[in-house]
Amino acid sequence: MHDRIGRILLRLGAGAVLVFMYFPLAIVIAYAFNDSGTSVWPPSSLSLRWVDAAVENSGLREAFLTSLVAALGATVIAMVLGTLAALAVAHHRFFGREAISFVVIFPIALPGIVTGMALSTTFATTSFPLGLFAIVVGHATFCIVLVYNNVIARLRRVSASLEEASADLGADTWQTFRYVTFPNVRTAVLAGALLAFALSFDEVIVTIFVAGGVKTLPIWIFQSFRLANQVALVNVAGLVAILLSAVPVYVATRLTSDTGASGRS
Amino acid sequence: MTAAVTAPSGRRRLAAALHRRGRLRLGLLLAGPVGWLVVAYIGSLLILFLNSAWSRDAFTGLVIRELTLGNFTDIATNPLYRTVVIRTVVMAAAVTVTCALLAFPIAYYMARVASRRTKGLLVVAILMPLWASYLVKAYAWRLILSEEGVLNWLLGPLGLKGPGFGEIGLWLVFTYLWLPYMILPLYAGLERIPTSLLEASADLGAKGSLTFRRVILPLVTPALVAGSIFTFSLTLGDYIAPSLITTTQFIGNLILSNFGVPDLPLAAALSLVPLVIMIVYLLVARRLGAFEAL
Repeated sequence: MHDRIGRILLRLGAGAVLVFMYFPLAIVIAYAFNDSGTSVWPPSSLSLRWVDAAVENSGLREAFLTSLVAALGATVIAMVLGTLAALAVAHHRFFGREAISFVVIFPIALPGIVTGMALSTTFATTSFPLGLFAIVVGHATFCIVLVYNNVIARLRRVSASLEEASADLGADTWQTFRYVTFPNVRTAVLAGALLAFALSFDEVIVTIFVAGGVKTLPIWIFQSFRLANQVALVNVAGLVAILLSAVPVYVATRLTSDTGASGRS
Repeated sequence: MTAAVTAPSGRRRLAAALHRRGRLRLGLLLAGPVGWLVVAYIGSLLILFLNSAWSRDAFTGLVIRELTLGNFTDIATNPLYRTVVIRTVVMAAAVTVTCALLAFPIAYYMARVASRRTKGLLVVAILMPLWASYLVKAYAWRLILSEEGVLNWLLGPLGLKGPGFGEIGLWLVFTYLWLPYMILPLYAGLERIPTSLLEASADLGAKGSLTFRRVILPLVTPALVAGSIFTFSLTLGDYIAPSLITTTQFIGNLILSNFGVPDLPLAAALSLVPLVIMIVYLLVARRLGAFEAL
Protein backbone atom coordinates (compact mmCIF):
# COMPACT_ATOMS: atom_id res chain seq x y z
CA MET A 1 0.00 0.00 0.00
CA HIS A 2 2.69 2.39 1.11
CA ASP A 3 4.76 1.34 -1.86
CA ARG A 4 1.94 2.12 -4.29
CA ILE A 5 1.44 5.64 -3.03
CA GLY A 6 5.18 6.19 -3.30
CA ARG A 7 5.15 4.99 -6.87
CA ILE A 8 2.27 7.29 -7.80
CA LEU A 9 4.00 10.28 -6.19
CA LEU A 10 7.19 9.42 -8.05
CA ARG A 11 5.33 9.27 -11.34
CA LEU A 12 3.68 12.64 -10.63
CA GLY A 13 7.03 14.18 -9.70
CA ALA A 14 8.67 12.87 -12.86
CA GLY A 15 5.76 14.11 -14.97
CA ALA A 16 5.88 17.55 -13.35
CA VAL A 17 9.60 17.89 -14.14
CA LEU A 18 8.98 16.95 -17.77
CA VAL A 19 6.23 19.57 -18.04
CA PHE A 20 8.59 22.11 -16.46
CA MET A 21 11.24 21.28 -19.05
CA TYR A 22 9.05 21.53 -22.13
CA PHE A 23 6.71 24.34 -21.11
CA PRO A 24 9.07 27.25 -21.98
CA LEU A 25 9.88 25.73 -25.38
CA ALA A 26 6.17 25.43 -26.12
CA ILE A 27 5.69 29.07 -25.15
CA VAL A 28 8.31 30.27 -27.66
CA ILE A 29 6.75 28.18 -30.39
CA ALA A 30 3.30 29.56 -29.58
CA TYR A 31 4.61 33.14 -29.65
CA ALA A 32 6.22 32.56 -33.06
CA PHE A 33 2.70 32.25 -34.50
CA ASN A 34 1.22 35.04 -32.40
CA ASP A 35 -0.46 37.55 -34.71
CA SER A 36 -0.16 40.62 -32.47
CA GLY A 37 3.63 40.35 -32.08
CA THR A 38 3.58 41.53 -28.46
CA SER A 39 4.40 39.48 -25.38
CA VAL A 40 0.87 39.68 -23.95
CA TRP A 41 -0.50 36.25 -23.09
CA PRO A 42 -2.62 34.63 -24.40
CA PRO A 43 -2.10 35.38 -28.09
CA SER A 44 -5.18 37.04 -29.57
CA SER A 45 -5.00 35.08 -32.81
CA LEU A 46 -2.52 32.93 -34.68
CA SER A 47 -0.94 33.70 -38.03
CA LEU A 48 2.14 33.13 -40.15
CA ARG A 49 2.67 36.85 -40.45
CA TRP A 50 5.91 36.95 -38.43
CA VAL A 51 7.29 33.85 -40.08
CA ASP A 52 6.97 35.65 -43.44
CA ALA A 53 8.48 38.80 -41.96
CA ALA A 54 11.39 36.80 -40.56
CA VAL A 55 12.12 35.20 -43.93
CA GLU A 56 12.10 38.67 -45.52
CA ASN A 57 14.40 40.19 -42.90
CA SER A 58 17.88 40.39 -44.45
CA GLY A 59 19.70 40.84 -41.11
CA LEU A 60 18.12 37.71 -39.72
CA ARG A 61 18.81 35.75 -42.90
CA GLU A 62 22.45 36.80 -42.88
CA ALA A 63 22.85 35.89 -39.22
CA PHE A 64 21.33 32.49 -39.91
CA LEU A 65 23.78 31.83 -42.77
CA THR A 66 26.72 33.03 -40.66
CA SER A 67 25.75 30.60 -37.91
CA LEU A 68 25.42 27.81 -40.43
CA VAL A 69 28.90 28.47 -41.89
CA ALA A 70 30.49 28.83 -38.44
CA ALA A 71 28.87 25.63 -37.20
CA LEU A 72 29.89 23.66 -40.28
CA GLY A 73 33.48 24.90 -40.08
CA ALA A 74 33.78 24.13 -36.38
CA THR A 75 32.15 20.73 -36.89
CA VAL A 76 34.57 19.67 -39.63
CA ILE A 77 37.62 20.65 -37.54
CA ALA A 78 36.21 19.01 -34.40
CA MET A 79 35.36 15.87 -36.36
CA VAL A 80 38.89 15.41 -37.67
CA LEU A 81 40.75 16.36 -34.48
CA GLY A 82 38.36 14.55 -32.13
CA THR A 83 38.56 11.33 -34.13
CA LEU A 84 42.37 11.47 -34.34
CA ALA A 85 42.70 12.05 -30.61
CA ALA A 86 40.29 9.19 -29.86
CA LEU A 87 42.23 6.79 -32.12
CA ALA A 88 45.50 7.75 -30.45
CA VAL A 89 44.18 7.35 -26.90
CA ALA A 90 42.30 4.11 -27.61
CA HIS A 91 45.04 2.33 -29.55
CA HIS A 92 48.26 3.41 -27.89
CA ARG A 93 49.83 3.47 -24.47
CA PHE A 94 52.00 6.54 -24.02
CA PHE A 95 53.18 9.12 -21.54
CA GLY A 96 50.57 11.81 -20.99
CA ARG A 97 47.65 9.68 -22.16
CA GLU A 98 45.58 10.58 -19.11
CA ALA A 99 46.45 14.24 -19.56
CA ILE A 100 44.92 14.23 -23.03
CA SER A 101 41.53 13.01 -21.89
CA PHE A 102 41.70 15.80 -19.31
CA VAL A 103 42.82 18.58 -21.67
CA VAL A 104 40.08 17.67 -24.14
CA ILE A 105 37.28 18.30 -21.62
CA PHE A 106 38.87 21.46 -20.26
CA PRO A 107 37.37 23.94 -22.73
CA ILE A 108 33.86 22.73 -21.91
CA ALA A 109 34.27 22.06 -18.16
CA LEU A 110 35.47 25.55 -17.31
CA PRO A 111 32.89 28.34 -17.13
CA GLY A 112 32.11 29.69 -20.61
CA ILE A 113 33.19 33.17 -19.67
CA VAL A 114 36.70 31.93 -18.84
CA THR A 115 37.04 30.30 -22.25
CA GLY A 116 35.65 33.42 -23.90
CA MET A 117 38.01 35.72 -22.03
CA ALA A 118 41.02 33.47 -22.65
CA LEU A 119 40.40 33.36 -26.40
CA SER A 120 39.60 37.03 -26.76
CA THR A 121 42.61 38.25 -24.74
CA THR A 122 44.77 35.96 -26.84
CA PHE A 123 43.32 37.31 -30.06
CA ALA A 124 43.75 40.88 -28.78
CA THR A 125 47.33 40.27 -27.60
CA THR A 126 48.41 38.57 -30.83
CA SER A 127 46.41 40.95 -33.10
CA PHE A 128 44.50 38.01 -34.53
CA PRO A 129 41.44 39.48 -36.28
CA LEU A 130 38.08 38.84 -34.61
CA GLY A 131 35.23 37.66 -36.80
CA LEU A 132 33.94 34.53 -38.48
CA PHE A 133 37.29 32.73 -38.52
CA ALA A 134 37.87 33.49 -34.83
CA ILE A 135 34.39 32.10 -34.09
CA VAL A 136 35.20 28.88 -35.95
CA VAL A 137 38.47 28.50 -34.03
CA GLY A 138 36.74 29.11 -30.70
CA HIS A 139 33.84 26.77 -31.38
CA ALA A 140 36.09 24.00 -32.72
CA THR A 141 38.08 24.12 -29.48
CA PHE A 142 35.15 23.15 -27.27
CA CYS A 143 33.48 20.90 -29.88
CA ILE A 144 36.45 18.50 -30.10
CA VAL A 145 35.40 16.82 -26.86
CA LEU A 146 31.97 15.88 -28.25
CA VAL A 147 33.41 13.91 -31.16
CA TYR A 148 36.22 12.53 -28.99
CA ASN A 149 33.83 11.21 -26.33
CA ASN A 150 31.56 9.51 -28.83
CA VAL A 151 34.36 7.89 -30.82
CA ILE A 152 36.34 6.72 -27.81
CA ALA A 153 33.24 5.18 -26.25
CA ARG A 154 32.71 3.22 -29.47
CA LEU A 155 36.37 2.20 -29.79
CA ARG A 156 36.30 0.79 -26.27
CA ARG A 157 33.54 -1.57 -27.30
CA VAL A 158 35.16 -2.68 -30.54
CA SER A 159 37.61 -5.50 -29.97
CA ALA A 160 41.23 -4.74 -30.94
CA SER A 161 41.49 -8.27 -32.29
CA LEU A 162 39.49 -7.19 -35.36
CA GLU A 163 42.32 -4.92 -36.41
CA GLU A 164 44.93 -7.53 -35.62
CA ALA A 165 43.04 -10.01 -37.75
CA SER A 166 42.95 -7.50 -40.58
CA ALA A 167 46.72 -7.02 -40.35
CA ASP A 168 47.30 -10.78 -40.17
CA LEU A 169 45.30 -11.20 -43.34
CA GLY A 170 47.70 -8.85 -45.11
CA ALA A 171 45.86 -5.52 -45.02
CA ASP A 172 48.10 -2.49 -44.59
CA THR A 173 47.47 0.38 -42.16
CA TRP A 174 45.28 2.29 -44.64
CA GLN A 175 43.20 -0.70 -45.60
CA THR A 176 42.64 -1.66 -41.98
CA PHE A 177 41.49 1.85 -41.25
CA ARG A 178 39.29 2.03 -44.32
CA TYR A 179 37.69 -1.40 -44.14
CA VAL A 180 37.76 -2.20 -40.42
CA THR A 181 38.29 0.72 -38.06
CA PHE A 182 36.35 3.43 -39.84
CA PRO A 183 33.18 1.42 -40.56
CA ASN A 184 33.09 0.57 -36.86
CA VAL A 185 33.30 4.15 -35.65
CA ARG A 186 31.45 5.84 -38.52
CA THR A 187 28.13 6.35 -36.74
CA ALA A 188 29.92 7.52 -33.58
CA VAL A 189 31.85 10.14 -35.59
CA LEU A 190 28.62 11.28 -37.18
CA ALA A 191 26.79 11.45 -33.83
CA GLY A 192 29.63 13.48 -32.33
CA ALA A 193 29.61 15.79 -35.34
CA LEU A 194 25.85 16.36 -35.02
CA LEU A 195 26.24 17.28 -31.35
CA ALA A 196 29.12 19.59 -32.25
CA PHE A 197 26.95 21.25 -34.88
CA ALA A 198 24.06 21.71 -32.43
CA LEU A 199 26.36 23.17 -29.78
CA SER A 200 28.15 25.51 -32.16
CA PHE A 201 24.95 26.71 -33.80
CA ASP A 202 23.57 27.85 -30.42
CA GLU A 203 26.68 29.03 -28.64
CA VAL A 204 26.59 32.63 -27.49
CA ILE A 205 28.65 33.04 -24.30
CA VAL A 206 32.03 32.46 -25.94
CA THR A 207 30.90 33.78 -29.32
CA ILE A 208 30.21 37.31 -28.06
CA PHE A 209 33.84 37.59 -26.98
CA VAL A 210 35.35 36.61 -30.32
CA ALA A 211 32.76 37.75 -32.90
CA GLY A 212 33.98 41.32 -33.43
CA GLY A 213 31.13 42.81 -35.48
CA VAL A 214 29.95 39.52 -36.98
CA LYS A 215 26.43 38.46 -36.04
CA THR A 216 25.57 34.82 -35.60
CA LEU A 217 21.92 33.86 -35.10
CA PRO A 218 22.20 33.79 -31.26
CA ILE A 219 23.94 37.19 -31.29
CA TRP A 220 21.23 38.57 -33.54
CA ILE A 221 18.60 37.23 -31.14
CA PHE A 222 20.45 38.65 -28.15
CA GLN A 223 20.69 42.09 -29.70
CA SER A 224 17.08 42.13 -30.90
CA PHE A 225 15.44 41.53 -27.51
CA ARG A 226 15.37 45.18 -26.77
CA LEU A 227 14.35 46.42 -30.19
CA ALA A 228 10.58 46.81 -30.11
CA ASN A 229 10.15 46.32 -33.86
CA GLN A 230 12.13 43.05 -33.88
CA VAL A 231 10.82 41.28 -30.78
CA ALA A 232 8.20 39.42 -32.81
CA LEU A 233 10.93 38.15 -35.17
CA VAL A 234 12.96 36.86 -32.24
CA ASN A 235 10.25 34.30 -31.54
CA VAL A 236 10.50 32.95 -35.07
CA ALA A 237 14.30 32.92 -34.90
CA GLY A 238 13.95 31.04 -31.61
CA LEU A 239 11.75 28.44 -33.25
CA VAL A 240 14.40 27.92 -35.95
CA ALA A 241 17.15 27.66 -33.32
CA ILE A 242 15.19 25.06 -31.35
CA LEU A 243 14.59 22.95 -34.45
CA LEU A 244 18.19 23.18 -35.66
CA SER A 245 19.52 21.87 -32.38
CA ALA A 246 16.77 19.41 -31.49
CA VAL A 247 16.82 17.57 -34.81
CA PRO A 248 20.60 16.85 -34.91
CA VAL A 249 20.50 15.78 -31.27
CA TYR A 250 17.60 13.44 -31.89
CA VAL A 251 19.43 11.86 -34.84
CA ALA A 252 22.65 11.64 -32.81
CA THR A 253 20.95 9.76 -29.96
CA ARG A 254 19.45 7.34 -32.48
CA LEU A 255 22.87 6.77 -34.03
CA THR A 256 24.52 5.91 -30.74
CA SER A 257 21.70 3.85 -29.25
CA ASP A 258 22.78 0.22 -29.11
CA THR A 259 20.68 -0.95 -32.05
CA GLY A 260 22.35 1.43 -34.50
CA ALA A 261 25.89 0.65 -33.43
CA SER A 262 26.63 -2.38 -35.56
CA GLY A 263 28.63 -0.26 -38.02
CA ARG A 264 28.04 -2.36 -41.11
CA SER A 265 28.93 -0.84 -44.47
CA MET B 1 39.99 -7.43 -49.62
CA THR B 2 41.87 -8.36 -52.79
CA ALA B 3 42.77 -4.69 -53.05
CA ALA B 4 45.67 -5.47 -50.71
CA VAL B 5 47.57 -7.08 -53.55
CA THR B 6 47.13 -4.26 -56.06
CA ALA B 7 47.83 -1.31 -53.71
CA PRO B 8 50.40 1.14 -55.11
CA SER B 9 53.83 0.50 -53.71
CA GLY B 10 54.66 4.00 -52.33
CA ARG B 11 51.56 4.04 -50.21
CA ARG B 12 52.22 0.50 -49.21
CA ARG B 13 55.75 1.29 -48.10
CA LEU B 14 54.55 4.21 -45.97
CA ALA B 15 51.91 1.96 -44.45
CA ALA B 16 54.59 -0.59 -43.59
CA ALA B 17 56.73 2.11 -41.99
CA LEU B 18 53.76 3.28 -39.95
CA HIS B 19 53.04 -0.25 -38.87
CA ARG B 20 56.61 -0.91 -37.79
CA ARG B 21 57.05 2.43 -36.08
CA GLY B 22 54.12 2.72 -33.68
CA ARG B 23 55.61 5.92 -32.28
CA LEU B 24 55.54 7.61 -35.67
CA ARG B 25 51.91 6.66 -36.18
CA LEU B 26 51.04 7.90 -32.71
CA GLY B 27 52.84 11.16 -33.38
CA LEU B 28 50.88 11.74 -36.58
CA LEU B 29 47.60 10.97 -34.83
CA LEU B 30 48.33 13.29 -31.93
CA ALA B 31 49.98 16.20 -33.72
CA GLY B 32 46.70 17.79 -34.83
CA PRO B 33 44.51 17.53 -31.76
CA VAL B 34 47.24 18.12 -29.19
CA GLY B 35 48.70 20.97 -31.22
CA TRP B 36 45.27 22.59 -31.46
CA LEU B 37 44.33 22.18 -27.82
CA VAL B 38 47.72 23.23 -26.48
CA VAL B 39 48.14 26.20 -28.80
CA ALA B 40 44.54 27.38 -28.99
CA TYR B 41 43.45 26.56 -25.48
CA ILE B 42 46.25 26.10 -22.96
CA GLY B 43 48.13 28.86 -24.76
CA SER B 44 45.25 31.27 -24.46
CA LEU B 45 44.76 30.43 -20.79
CA LEU B 46 48.42 31.36 -20.24
CA ILE B 47 47.94 34.61 -22.14
CA LEU B 48 44.89 35.26 -19.96
CA PHE B 49 47.07 34.83 -16.85
CA LEU B 50 49.65 37.15 -18.34
CA ASN B 51 47.05 39.80 -19.17
CA SER B 52 45.65 39.66 -15.65
CA ALA B 53 49.06 40.72 -14.33
CA TRP B 54 49.32 43.63 -16.75
CA SER B 55 47.70 46.99 -16.24
CA ARG B 56 46.04 49.71 -18.21
CA ASP B 57 47.27 53.28 -18.52
CA ALA B 58 44.48 55.48 -17.15
CA PHE B 59 45.22 58.31 -19.60
CA THR B 60 46.04 56.62 -22.87
CA GLY B 61 43.88 53.55 -22.30
CA LEU B 62 46.68 51.35 -23.62
CA VAL B 63 47.71 48.11 -21.97
CA ILE B 64 51.04 48.38 -20.15
CA ARG B 65 52.88 45.09 -20.51
CA GLU B 66 54.60 45.06 -17.14
CA LEU B 67 53.84 42.59 -14.39
CA THR B 68 51.95 43.96 -11.41
CA LEU B 69 49.60 42.63 -8.75
CA GLY B 70 47.46 45.77 -8.91
CA ASN B 71 44.40 44.09 -10.39
CA PHE B 72 44.38 41.41 -7.73
CA THR B 73 44.71 43.82 -4.80
CA ASP B 74 41.90 45.82 -6.43
CA ILE B 75 39.66 42.79 -6.56
CA ALA B 76 40.52 41.70 -3.03
CA THR B 77 39.94 45.09 -1.44
CA ASN B 78 37.03 46.53 -3.43
CA PRO B 79 33.79 45.75 -1.54
CA LEU B 80 31.76 45.86 -4.78
CA TYR B 81 33.72 42.94 -6.23
CA ARG B 82 33.42 40.99 -3.01
CA THR B 83 29.64 41.46 -2.93
CA VAL B 84 29.29 40.36 -6.53
CA VAL B 85 31.47 37.27 -6.04
CA ILE B 86 29.55 36.21 -2.92
CA ARG B 87 26.22 36.81 -4.65
CA THR B 88 27.27 34.68 -7.62
CA VAL B 89 28.54 31.83 -5.47
CA VAL B 90 25.37 31.85 -3.33
CA MET B 91 23.28 31.79 -6.50
CA ALA B 92 25.32 28.89 -7.90
CA ALA B 93 24.91 26.96 -4.65
CA ALA B 94 21.15 27.62 -4.47
CA VAL B 95 20.68 26.56 -8.09
CA THR B 96 22.72 23.40 -7.53
CA VAL B 97 20.65 22.35 -4.49
CA THR B 98 17.35 23.03 -6.27
CA CYS B 99 18.47 21.11 -9.34
CA ALA B 100 19.42 18.12 -7.18
CA LEU B 101 16.02 18.14 -5.44
CA LEU B 102 14.09 18.38 -8.70
CA ALA B 103 16.27 15.84 -10.50
CA PHE B 104 15.87 13.09 -7.92
CA PRO B 105 12.28 11.95 -8.57
CA ILE B 106 12.59 11.81 -12.34
CA ALA B 107 16.07 10.26 -12.27
CA TYR B 108 14.84 7.63 -9.80
CA TYR B 109 11.79 6.93 -11.90
CA MET B 110 13.92 6.53 -15.03
CA ALA B 111 16.51 4.32 -13.35
CA ARG B 112 14.43 2.00 -11.22
CA VAL B 113 10.74 2.11 -12.17
CA ALA B 114 10.33 2.77 -15.89
CA SER B 115 10.32 -0.03 -18.46
CA ARG B 116 13.25 -0.30 -20.88
CA ARG B 117 11.29 1.40 -23.64
CA THR B 118 10.06 4.28 -21.47
CA LYS B 119 13.57 4.69 -20.14
CA GLY B 120 14.98 5.17 -23.64
CA LEU B 121 12.27 7.67 -24.52
CA LEU B 122 12.84 9.63 -21.31
CA VAL B 123 16.60 9.86 -21.90
CA VAL B 124 15.91 11.43 -25.30
CA ALA B 125 13.24 13.64 -23.73
CA ILE B 126 15.80 14.98 -21.25
CA LEU B 127 18.58 15.31 -23.83
CA MET B 128 16.60 17.40 -26.31
CA PRO B 129 15.91 20.40 -24.03
CA LEU B 130 19.51 20.16 -22.79
CA TRP B 131 20.69 20.87 -26.31
CA ALA B 132 17.89 23.18 -27.41
CA SER B 133 19.18 26.69 -27.87
CA TYR B 134 20.33 28.05 -24.53
CA LEU B 135 19.56 31.62 -25.49
CA VAL B 136 16.04 30.80 -26.63
CA LYS B 137 15.34 29.02 -23.35
CA ALA B 138 16.52 32.02 -21.34
CA TYR B 139 14.51 34.30 -23.61
CA ALA B 140 11.41 32.10 -23.15
CA TRP B 141 11.57 32.88 -19.44
CA ARG B 142 11.67 36.56 -20.17
CA LEU B 143 8.35 36.09 -21.93
CA ILE B 144 6.98 33.87 -19.17
CA LEU B 145 7.98 36.13 -16.28
CA SER B 146 6.94 39.41 -17.89
CA GLU B 147 4.13 41.42 -16.33
CA GLU B 148 1.58 40.33 -18.93
CA GLY B 149 3.17 36.91 -19.46
CA VAL B 150 1.94 33.36 -19.01
CA LEU B 151 2.89 32.96 -15.38
CA ASN B 152 0.85 35.89 -14.12
CA TRP B 153 -1.97 34.83 -16.42
CA LEU B 154 -1.94 31.34 -14.85
CA LEU B 155 -1.52 32.51 -11.27
CA GLY B 156 -3.88 35.50 -11.57
CA PRO B 157 -7.13 33.55 -11.00
CA LEU B 158 -5.60 32.09 -7.82
CA GLY B 159 -4.87 35.57 -6.55
CA LEU B 160 -1.12 34.98 -6.86
CA LYS B 161 1.64 36.69 -8.78
CA GLY B 162 4.84 35.36 -10.35
CA PRO B 163 8.25 36.45 -9.07
CA GLY B 164 8.70 38.81 -12.04
CA PHE B 165 12.19 39.96 -13.05
CA GLY B 166 14.75 39.81 -10.27
CA GLU B 167 16.97 37.45 -8.37
CA ILE B 168 14.20 34.98 -7.48
CA GLY B 169 13.21 34.83 -11.13
CA LEU B 170 16.85 34.32 -12.12
CA TRP B 171 17.19 31.47 -9.63
CA LEU B 172 14.20 29.82 -11.29
CA VAL B 173 15.65 30.37 -14.76
CA PHE B 174 19.08 28.97 -13.86
CA THR B 175 17.44 25.96 -12.24
CA TYR B 176 15.48 25.39 -15.42
CA LEU B 177 18.50 25.84 -17.69
CA TRP B 178 20.85 23.44 -15.90
CA LEU B 179 18.38 20.82 -14.63
CA PRO B 180 19.10 18.26 -17.41
CA TYR B 181 22.81 18.39 -16.55
CA MET B 182 21.89 17.12 -13.08
CA ILE B 183 19.27 14.57 -14.15
CA LEU B 184 21.52 12.60 -16.52
CA PRO B 185 24.46 11.78 -14.19
CA LEU B 186 22.03 11.13 -11.34
CA TYR B 187 20.07 8.72 -13.49
CA ALA B 188 23.27 6.91 -14.45
CA GLY B 189 24.32 6.75 -10.80
CA LEU B 190 20.98 5.38 -9.61
CA GLU B 191 20.97 2.81 -12.37
CA ARG B 192 24.33 1.43 -11.23
CA ILE B 193 23.04 0.56 -7.73
CA PRO B 194 22.49 -3.21 -7.60
CA THR B 195 18.87 -4.10 -6.80
CA SER B 196 20.11 -6.73 -4.38
CA LEU B 197 21.40 -4.02 -2.03
CA LEU B 198 17.96 -2.42 -1.79
CA GLU B 199 16.37 -5.82 -1.22
CA ALA B 200 18.90 -6.65 1.46
CA SER B 201 18.15 -3.37 3.19
CA ALA B 202 14.41 -4.11 3.08
CA ASP B 203 14.97 -7.69 4.29
CA LEU B 204 16.89 -6.35 7.25
CA GLY B 205 13.82 -4.31 8.16
CA ALA B 206 14.71 -0.85 6.87
CA LYS B 207 11.80 1.29 5.75
CA GLY B 208 11.93 3.14 2.46
CA SER B 209 13.20 6.36 4.00
CA LEU B 210 15.95 4.60 5.94
CA THR B 211 17.09 2.70 2.83
CA PHE B 212 17.15 5.99 1.01
CA ARG B 213 19.30 7.71 3.62
CA ARG B 214 21.67 4.87 4.44
CA VAL B 215 21.98 2.99 1.15
CA ILE B 216 20.88 5.00 -1.88
CA LEU B 217 22.18 8.43 -0.90
CA PRO B 218 25.76 7.37 -0.05
CA LEU B 219 26.01 5.31 -3.24
CA VAL B 220 24.70 8.07 -5.46
CA THR B 221 26.79 10.88 -3.93
CA PRO B 222 29.52 10.76 -6.62
CA ALA B 223 26.86 11.14 -9.31
CA LEU B 224 25.27 14.05 -7.43
CA VAL B 225 28.65 15.77 -7.17
CA ALA B 226 29.30 15.11 -10.86
CA GLY B 227 26.02 16.79 -11.78
CA SER B 228 26.74 19.67 -9.43
CA ILE B 229 29.98 20.42 -11.31
CA PHE B 230 27.87 21.42 -14.30
CA THR B 231 25.15 23.32 -12.44
CA PHE B 232 27.76 25.21 -10.41
CA SER B 233 30.17 25.97 -13.23
CA LEU B 234 27.47 27.00 -15.68
CA THR B 235 25.92 29.40 -13.18
CA LEU B 236 29.31 30.94 -12.36
CA GLY B 237 30.12 31.59 -16.00
CA ASP B 238 26.82 32.96 -17.24
CA TYR B 239 26.18 36.60 -17.99
CA ILE B 240 23.36 36.28 -20.51
CA ALA B 241 20.57 35.07 -18.23
CA PRO B 242 21.37 37.66 -15.53
CA SER B 243 21.25 40.44 -18.09
CA LEU B 244 17.92 39.18 -19.44
CA ILE B 245 16.16 38.57 -16.14
CA THR B 246 17.67 41.02 -13.66
CA THR B 247 19.47 44.31 -13.39
CA THR B 248 21.74 42.87 -10.68
CA GLN B 249 25.40 42.22 -11.45
CA PHE B 250 26.99 38.79 -11.31
CA ILE B 251 30.66 37.89 -11.94
CA GLY B 252 30.01 37.41 -15.63
CA ASN B 253 28.43 40.84 -16.10
CA LEU B 254 31.30 42.44 -14.24
CA ILE B 255 33.83 40.76 -16.53
CA LEU B 256 31.90 41.66 -19.67
CA SER B 257 31.54 45.30 -18.64
CA ASN B 258 35.33 45.58 -18.24
CA PHE B 259 36.07 43.56 -21.36
CA GLY B 260 37.69 45.32 -24.31
CA VAL B 261 37.80 49.08 -24.13
CA PRO B 262 37.36 49.83 -20.41
CA ASP B 263 40.02 47.56 -18.89
CA LEU B 264 41.04 44.28 -20.48
CA PRO B 265 43.67 43.37 -17.81
CA LEU B 266 41.11 43.91 -15.03
CA ALA B 267 38.57 41.77 -16.90
CA ALA B 268 41.24 39.08 -17.27
CA ALA B 269 42.00 39.20 -13.56
CA LEU B 270 38.29 39.03 -12.72
CA SER B 271 37.81 35.99 -14.91
CA LEU B 272 40.40 34.16 -12.83
CA VAL B 273 37.93 34.28 -9.93
CA PRO B 274 35.44 31.77 -11.42
CA LEU B 275 38.43 29.81 -12.77
CA VAL B 276 40.00 29.42 -9.32
CA ILE B 277 36.63 28.63 -7.71
CA MET B 278 36.03 25.90 -10.31
CA ILE B 279 39.50 24.41 -9.92
CA VAL B 280 38.97 24.12 -6.15
CA TYR B 281 35.51 22.68 -6.81
CA LEU B 282 36.91 20.11 -9.26
CA LEU B 283 39.63 19.05 -6.82
CA VAL B 284 37.05 18.49 -4.06
CA ALA B 285 34.77 16.71 -6.54
CA ARG B 286 37.56 14.36 -7.54
CA ARG B 287 38.09 13.52 -3.87
CA LEU B 288 34.42 12.56 -3.65
CA GLY B 289 34.75 10.24 -6.63
CA ALA B 290 32.74 12.40 -9.00
CA PHE B 291 35.08 11.86 -11.96
CA GLU B 292 34.22 8.17 -12.15
CA ALA B 293 30.53 9.16 -12.28
CA LEU B 294 30.83 11.65 -15.14
